[in-house]
Amino acid sequence: MTTETTEPTDAMEETGAATASAAPEADAESADLPVLEVRGLGKQFGSVQALEDVHVALRAGEVTCVVGDNGAGKSVFIKMLCGLISPSEGEILLDGKRTEFSSPRQARSHGIVAVYQDLALAPMMSLWRNFFMGAEPVKGWGIFQRFDVTYAKEAMQTELEKLGVDLGDPDRAAHTLSGGERQGLAIARALYYGARVLILDEPTSALGVRQSGAVLRLIRRAAQRGTAVVLVTPKPQHAFWVGDRFLVFQRGRLVEDRRSETLTLESLSYLMAGGGEVEELETEVATG
Amino acid sequence: MSLLQLPAYDKARPWVRTAVLRPELGSLVAAALLFIFFSIASSGAMLEVPTIARVLDTAWPYGIIAVAVGLLMISGEFDLSAGVMVGTAGALLGVMATEWGMNLWAAVFLSLLVCLALGLWNGVLVVWTGLPSFVITLGTFFGLRGANVALSKYFTGDALIENIDDAGGYDSLHTIVATVFGTAPSDFRVSLIWWAGFILIATWILWRTKIGNWIFATGGDRDAARAVGVPVNGTKIGLFMLTAGAAWFVGVSNAIRYTSVQAGQGVGQEFFYIIAAVVGGCAMSGGRGSALGPAIGALIWGIAFVGIPHAGWSSDWRWAFYGVLLLVATLINHVVGERVRTARSG
Repeated sequence: MTTETTEPTDAMEETGAATASAAPEADAESADLPVLEVRGLGKQFGSVQALEDVHVALRAGEVTCVVGDNGAGKSVFIKMLCGLISPSEGEILLDGKRTEFSSPRQARSHGIVAVYQDLALAPMMSLWRNFFMGAEPVKGWGIFQRFDVTYAKEAMQTELEKLGVDLGDPDRAAHTLSGGERQGLAIARALYYGARVLILDEPTSALGVRQSGAVLRLIRRAAQRGTAVVLVTPKPQHAFWVGDRFLVFQRGRLVEDRRSETLTLESLSYLMAGGGEVEELETEVATG
Repeated sequence: MSLLQLPAYDKARPWVRTAVLRPELGSLVAAALLFIFFSIASSGAMLEVPTIARVLDTAWPYGIIAVAVGLLMISGEFDLSAGVMVGTAGALLGVMATEWGMNLWAAVFLSLLVCLALGLWNGVLVVWTGLPSFVITLGTFFGLRGANVALSKYFTGDALIENIDDAGGYDSLHTIVATVFGTAPSDFRVSLIWWAGFILIATWILWRTKIGNWIFATGGDRDAARAVGVPVNGTKIGLFMLTAGAAWFVGVSNAIRYTSVQAGQGVGQEFFYIIAAVVGGCAMSGGRGSALGPAIGALIWGIAFVGIPHAGWSSDWRWAFYGVLLLVATLINHVVGERVRTARSG
């Protein structure tokens, strides 16, 4: 079988496929411009203010950790970033331009990709079929147009190799992957399709120590390649190990925006555990 | 250095890989074993050319539709109206050709349009309502079962429409769908070539086109597929129409071949297509299967249908045989599916 060069398909272009076009620009001016910025972002569900007045700028090559208690507004925040829910107030700026995402698909076409815990993989399908699901590379014309299998397998392997992920036989079913491997495949897929902002929702929550380590290394590598990574995690060790920046949410508000240099693992754990709230609780318990 | 590695997978569980890549393998083995069994039980009568001709002639109508039903099943849906659709196609053709005096070519084309519309109806309704296709197509099944006979009687005064060969265009159509090779009882119909063509095209679509990937993805994990931009609804609607098209082909072929149409035909056949698909390794829950598998499932029915009387048993046992076969095949599929699902790397 010969390997013809494969033109990117329409579907690939739609999802922002071409990795080259999505690579961050090198000039100094744009390096300073945040990839994604939110101003005064808020969300109301009926009379409940789930999130209020959030200002954040996400930069290429940075891992931003989103931490906070349950119901603090973390998930509302990331869901608005990836277009799953629309904000009640405030605005989202992509490359400095005001944008509205009506669906995750639209956000994805702008290079904002969310990878969820229940990863979008079809269990019985092979790895390469999963990798190119919905954006199958094709060759040939008209009714002879066909899925370029050779290219698909090679392109997937190349991308996985670049990220240092070895999943073995590309023909194995996705369901034979371990949790960490599945994260690896999902992250590699997101990066292959030109993710500029990669949103990861508790990627290590179901993983053991070794696999967590592997996934965290993968996250660092994604950031090194110029992706702005948003990581939601309840584990301070994991956040501290990969994070450049930490956004602490409390009761629907962004209460801390700290860079890693200004923190120790202890102070981060303290912030993540609720900070001042814990102190109050301790005092209450102590004084009865 | 690799971050994530899986060294032992290929060696440790080669059968998992095989089960995923070749879902029809089990049915192929079963067909071979059954053929050998009946060859012995019939003292070699099974191996004679007329017997083989009968096996294939029994199998092809089931086989053609089962291939489409198999693809539909991989996408996660059923079609219980595929059997009566054969009757619909034939009855329509009969009424148009004998009562309305239309040329058979026009009648064939119009009945195709009606069948495709019915497939579209099935698909759109399943997609829009989100109801199980089992229910939707059961409704279509009863609707057509009634309409086929009632409309035939209304237009022709009878449920049996005859003398289709009087209509114009019969000879050329007969050449295309009903040519005979060899002389009875060692006769083979051109339908077998059509059947082989359907299998080849369906296999090509399934494994080598992006539509094939969509079919697997739609049945494998619908939400995941939709999230990455697979046109899930379109894929399903298309497959319902493909199934209706396959039923049309069989209905038209039979009408031309026998020159008469029993408007009530096809009732009860829908289960055979589903059984053939399941026996052929298509997962009832979707996401796994092949196009060759359902065809082999239909071939197994042909072997049993012809083999059982040849072995000297009452032909009533055919039904019992197929019941057992369905159960065993489903069980094997289920076990294989579970093993594939739970087979993890270390």
